Amino acid sequence: MLAMRHISKVFRTELIETHALRDFSLDVASGEFVAVTGPSGSGKTTFLNVAGLLETFDTGRYELDGVDVNGLSDDTRSRLRNEKIGFIFQSFNLIPDLDIFDNVDVPLRYRRMKTAERKERIESALDIVGLSSRAHHMPSQLSGGQQQRVAIARAIAGDPKFLLADEPTGNLDSLMARQVMDLLEQINEMGTTIVLVTHDPELARRAHRNVQVIDGQVSDYKPYEPREPQVMASAAMA
Amino acid sequence: MFGYYVKLALRSLRRNPGISALMVMAIALGIAVCVMTLTVYHGMSSNPIWWKNDRLYAITLDSWDAEEPANEERPELPPPQLTYRDAEAVTSTAIAARSVRMMRTGGVLSSAEAASDVLPERALLRVTTAGFFGMFDVPFAHGGGWQAAADTGPEPVIVLSKAMNEHFFAGANSVGRTLRWNDREFRVVGVLEDWHPSPKFYDLNNGSFDDPEDAYVPFGWLPALELDSVGNTNCWKPEQRESYLDFLNSECVWVQAWVELPDAATRVRMQEYLDGYVNEQRSSGRFARPDNNRLTPVDQWLADNDVVRNDNRMLVAMAFAFLSVCLINTVGLLLAKFLGGATITGIRRALGASRRQIFLQLLTEAGMLAAVGATAGLVLASLGLLGLRAMYATGSSGFRTVMYIDVWSVAMAVALAVVSALAAGLYPAWRVGRLAPAVYLKS
Repeated sequence: MLAMRHISKVFRTELIETHALRDFSLDVASGEFVAVTGPSGSGKTTFLNVAGLLETFDTGRYELDGVDVNGLSDDTRSRLRNEKIGFIFQSFNLIPDLDIFDNVDVPLRYRRMKTAERKERIESALDIVGLSSRAHHMPSQLSGGQQQRVAIARAIAGDPKFLLADEPTGNLDSLMARQVMDLLEQINEMGTTIVLVTHDPELARRAHRNVQVIDGQVSDYKPYEPREPQVMASAAMA
Repeated sequence: MFGYYVKLALRSLRRNPGISALMVMAIALGIAVCVMTLTVYHGMSSNPIWWKNDRLYAITLDSWDAEEPANEERPELPPPQLTYRDAEAVTSTAIAARSVRMMRTGGVLSSAEAASDVLPERALLRVTTAGFFGMFDVPFAHGGGWQAAADTGPEPVIVLSKAMNEHFFAGANSVGRTLRWNDREFRVVGVLEDWHPSPKFYDLNNGSFDDPEDAYVPFGWLPALELDSVGNTNCWKPEQRESYLDFLNSECVWVQAWVELPDAATRVRMQEYLDGYVNEQRSSGRFARPDNNRLTPVDQWLADNDVVRNDNRMLVAMAFAFLSVCLINTVGLLLAKFLGGATITGIRRALGASRRQIFLQLLTEAGMLAAVGATAGLVLASLGLLGLRAMYATGSSGFRTVMYIDVWSVAMAVALAVVSALAAGLYPAWRVGRLAPAVYLKS
């Protein structure tokens, strides 16, 4: 699903150079739920932006769902982002003057879907996150947890293969955080690959795999090896 | 997507109503001033008989002083009018499909009916030959012009303007009724529709935008009644002019002459005729200046006579400078507004909007601002022109006739709106479209 090899990203100003990612390599398989952890300033967010095609990188190779993204035009990167990636942000990032329905509609609009299909997908996504009855509320009328669920609905409405979540529970109390995590797990079980950036070790433990980023590198990178299916493992044990 | 962009633009404009109103006002003011000046400029510079531009020609001959040109500022031009005898000679040939010689005079029109209580009216009259009405496509409400024979008679016939017919006959069909001009009775043969050629191309003396005359009488009345010109009379030669006949035979220029030439061959023949006539006149000691015998089409005639003066052009330039200032302000406001919404732009980028889509969306918003601004600008321009018309409401100046919003003005406003949208929106839309979305998503 995601294969990064020796990625580097340097932010330059007139005075300083900051190596946000250096020789960064990571594989995420289809259907995985990976938690990316690390101290502040370690490069987690830069990784997420590069992975989400919001930032370019300086050197290395990045394949997203088999597509080498290096050198792609902005149009193509935007289309890939729209079709393959869903974003969930710490601060929800709902558009304040659009109601819930229209917020979830945004990525579908850029995919130029027909009205009927968009409506069906929006209703389905809101149904999954349990907010069908709030479709015509404004974001300001919802609690933080509800807003994050709207953001999740928006992220999954386009049926992306890949969800990138940046501290999705960072602004929520523990109960709401747990609900959001339950929802992410449920989405992952439906086949969507999830990469979760978090500081919270408890949340990270709920992922299939933890990856620690330190100083712009994955601290314990190993090339991806497919896990054996659990059914077969159970059979072998028997 | 355009419909979606329009919907987003409307939401965005509602989000900051104060800034939106400021931008609309800036664009509206700029466009209003431009539309006002351009409407007046267009009205002043337009050819009111454009469909005959390749057929109608003013005749001018350089009969002026050998030592100095008639016009010091434009020495290449002959005098704009002809002497009486030259006008008679060049409009008597049968080469042209129609020929007209004419001048403007004045007098008092009064009712010929003893019992009438309609007050007499001071009036300007055009003394002209029969071809005038057909040559200049003058519209008639009742009757028509007179026959050519009436010019030589001369016959006491008169054509009234719509306003004079309203005054003396309450707008009724007055053909066949009589009217007194000074102390002589004239029979009405025609009444014009409302006719305001602007500029008054056929006689640009004493005000290119004056109203047309109140009445028209055959040219033969000029020598018969020894009429004075209420227009320009320019003389250069010290001559003895003790009688009206002396004046008619003088080198003073005061008569206008026009011909209608249907094709190029006729035009060549007419030019040859003029050159031949001038050469012939040289044998009697006239036309000491080099040949400068002109057949000038209406467009060129308006330009030669400086109908649109340079200060009008300067005014148009200043109006555009003002629009530029308004647009620069709008660029600043738009940029501030778009940058203020950069987080939302970042979200849209993250959700799959390309730079091009963001650019088009923001340009649509600028376009809507410009469209609303242009509409408000048209309303302001209409009010401004209404005010200007009120200023010129009194007197005979026809400036008011060029101060109307018409299809041309609306087209100009639309064009200015497009230019404004592009000028004001391109840079902010491009700039915001290039922002790195990741920077704004964290905020």
